Amino acid sequence: MSNSKALQKLFAVPFGIWSVLFIVLPLFFVLWHGLTDGNGAFSLENLTTVLQWEYLKALGLSVELALVSTVICLLVAYPLCLILQGLRKAKGIMIFLLFLLPLWMNSLLTTMAWQTILEKNGILNEILRSCGLPDFTLINTPAAIIIGMVYNFLPYMALPLYVSISRIDHSIIEAAWDLGANRWQTFRHVMVPLSMPGIVSGCTMVFIPALTTFVISALLGGNKILLIGNIIEQEFTAAYDWQLGSALSMVLMVFIILNILLEAFTESKNSRKKVKA
Amino acid sequence: MRENVKKFYLGLIVLFMYAPIAVLIAQSFNASRYRGQWTGFTFQWYAALIENEDIMNAFLNTVSIGMLSAVMATLLALVTALGMRRMGSRGRIFFRGLANIPLLNADIVTGISLMLLFLGLGLRLGYDTILMAHVVINLPYAMLCILPQVLMMDRVCYEAALDLGATPAQAFSRVILPELKPGIMAAFLLSFAMSADDFIVTYFTKGAGIETLTTEIYAELKLGIHPEMYALSTLFFGAVVVLVSLLLFNYRVIRRYRKAEKRGAEE
Amino acid sequence: MKLEHINKSYEDRQILEDLNLTIHENEFLTLLGPSGCGKTTILRMLGGFETPDSGRILFDGRDITSLRPEKRQVNTVFQKYSLFSHMDVAENIAFGLKLKGKSQNYIRDKIKFALKLVNLDGYEHARVTQMSGGQQQRIAIARAVVNEPKVLLLDEPFSALDLKLRQSMQREMVKLKKELGITFVFVTHDQQEALSMSDTVVVMNQGWIQQIGTPESVYNEPENAFVADFIGDSNIIDGIMVRDKLVHLLGKDIPCINTGFGENVPVDVQIRPEDIQICSPEEGQFRGVIRQVVFKGTVYDITVEAGGFSWLIQTITGHEQGAEVGICLAAANIQIMAKPSSEDEEAVSDE
Repeated sequence: MSNSKALQKLFAVPFGIWSVLFIVLPLFFVLWHGLTDGNGAFSLENLTTVLQWEYLKALGLSVELALVSTVICLLVAYPLCLILQGLRKAKGIMIFLLFLLPLWMNSLLTTMAWQTILEKNGILNEILRSCGLPDFTLINTPAAIIIGMVYNFLPYMALPLYVSISRIDHSIIEAAWDLGANRWQTFRHVMVPLSMPGIVSGCTMVFIPALTTFVISALLGGNKILLIGNIIEQEFTAAYDWQLGSALSMVLMVFIILNILLEAFTESKNSRKKVKA
Repeated sequence: MRENVKKFYLGLIVLFMYAPIAVLIAQSFNASRYRGQWTGFTFQWYAALIENEDIMNAFLNTVSIGMLSAVMATLLALVTALGMRRMGSRGRIFFRGLANIPLLNADIVTGISLMLLFLGLGLRLGYDTILMAHVVINLPYAMLCILPQVLMMDRVCYEAALDLGATPAQAFSRVILPELKPGIMAAFLLSFAMSADDFIVTYFTKGAGIETLTTEIYAELKLGIHPEMYALSTLFFGAVVVLVSLLLFNYRVIRRYRKAEKRGAEE
Repeated sequence: MKLEHINKSYEDRQILEDLNLTIHENEFLTLLGPSGCGKTTILRMLGGFETPDSGRILFDGRDITSLRPEKRQVNTVFQKYSLFSHMDVAENIAFGLKLKGKSQNYIRDKIKFALKLVNLDGYEHARVTQMSGGQQQRIAIARAVVNEPKVLLLDEPFSALDLKLRQSMQREMVKLKKELGITFVFVTHDQQEALSMSDTVVVMNQGWIQQIGTPESVYNEPENAFVADFIGDSNIIDGIMVRDKLVHLLGKDIPCINTGFGENVPVDVQIRPEDIQICSPEEGQFRGVIRQVVFKGTVYDITVEAGGFSWLIQTITGHEQGAEVGICLAAANIQIMAKPSSEDEEAVSDE
């Protein structure tokens, strides 16, 4: 028996090799390029270059836009999930599917469609004009990029949020009312803490892709607004400065690791509660 | 009043989510080559679709890479999950963390790191490198679908099959595989969807001379998209809508049937 | 508390129909009935989680029909405990008090008092998720009573507990009720539970109140076949009331003590299994054969085939299976009940 047990363990070996080759090794390649100069000698020059004003500015803008989009996604998705939770289960899931369906349209095309909607003579302005309202040019502004980010990543916020909110038993909410909490107090003291895992994982699932995108900013920012993703893309495909591109990627990896730690922290806090049970 | 506010809110979000899709569908029927101006209704882009070699090539690449990478990711995930069943919780956590790296990592970092790897190993970027890269990004999703099912699987069924005289191979194919079928199907479908929708990783690992649908769209963006592309997307989206509604309809019929059955049993 | 002419339906199912019920101060009232009889709906209306389609709910003479739950002087102990899993025991109990803006000291004393009341002193900082079902239920009770409600509502609070624990919780409930001196409204489908704890039992079926009375009166003098069948074990036999104090039963005229049914009226006749005597075949009013004997611990359940009816009899002494015996009925042990007037009220034979 123990023989076959050991044998079955061997099934995991291909994955072990695979992950070393295709998951760990590539990241070392990034580190290697980021920490060497063109001739392969160790150098911190790339990292000091990253600290230049234009890169810091792009990074700052990226963080800012990603944060704003994450907050908007959360503020839009939370009421949505609350409403859906109030419906009967089958109906709630059905409407939720309706919100996930757009994911099946290619995101490059839908982002481009936003260009058509938001541009100077776009659909939004046509509608505004026909109502006798003044024009409203959003294209090539940070606001347009935020709209594109919210559009692309809203489902990623809604999905974990819906899962964690729909898990809250309605009798818990009734218990809070019963003990004298009004709707706001119930939300603040019961709903939010209980849905915290969903909030955290939704936020990471929006923040990371929003921070690192280069497509949305290229399409809706008109190449005038450079995010960190755009700069990295250019270093690799236009400037061919792999060293600097890798160094910039390493900065992104720092953010990603911070995010993973945040999520792991909330998760372990939660599971500790459960383990004790 | 309250109900109306809720409905209005849901409606607003639906409008937000479907406005760009409506625009794309409208463009697929637009006689003008250029977006933003409507010059009349036409079906010509649908007819021209088959003859557009670039798009058809990209489409075939997307489908074949999607299929192959999904099969490979699913198989690898299945074998790995079976191996992880025999591990302690520490080994499991470690492997799971390892598998989740591409899921948590930003696509752009995954794409760049794979590109650097392939070039560093002296490979030529092309079909094969895209395929490998897609297996990498599919794998965490495939694991997500298969691993919980494998870990929850009941040993007893397998042992009962052995007890009844099945060889381990027979027990695997007759007992374990059928039990895991839903997870395997989900892993395959999700992997395919991830592969077909991926742009960023493909973009960095594809090299010159080969395009998938997403990179083809990106290349066309600068010069103006061929309207045939709208037609293709509309067709695809239409197919998804039909499929989902069929599934939902099926589900509702089954549910109603069960309800009726239950009521019958009560009386 | 008073419920007046309450109607309620979900989709197209009528749950409650023209229901009237008065709950007196300091009463331990139990709503008893099979699942789906509307008892939980009544409780949820008292708690403020449902509003009736029509009718009024009065509390000390004040109309509270559509008052929100947080504004009622009523607290609920939920079936699934519904404790807040992100808080520890003390935080759970303090939840209502903090919202009312009570002082730190007051809250601390209250928590101590409440935990003592439910025999869980010292558990202030335990996680609720690590407690057993019985402990969680006590916390839920403590959490409700610290708010000093005038009425405590309990929705099948012990249904998830095992038998031993349930029995000890039942005894504690009665003690708790005495100490707090407030009104309890208890919902259960367990007749044993209802009989052993309550001052008043309200027996319900399909949205109708079947009988209201003390535990003794609903057990000994059921008003109809449903109540007789639902509470305790019963032999229910079709009979015809020949005249006062004489009923025609399975082909024989048997003396009883009920009067006022009229002459030659069809009735339901109820006889409790423990009220039937087994005697020698010659002495008995009916003659029959013992079909089955089951030892139940304190009693034997004996099935006797006699007079074309299968009698359930409980005795303290055992009997031989297959033996020929007689059945003796004392007039005082025969309960005559009117046949239900409408089909709605009849639900006895369904199960």
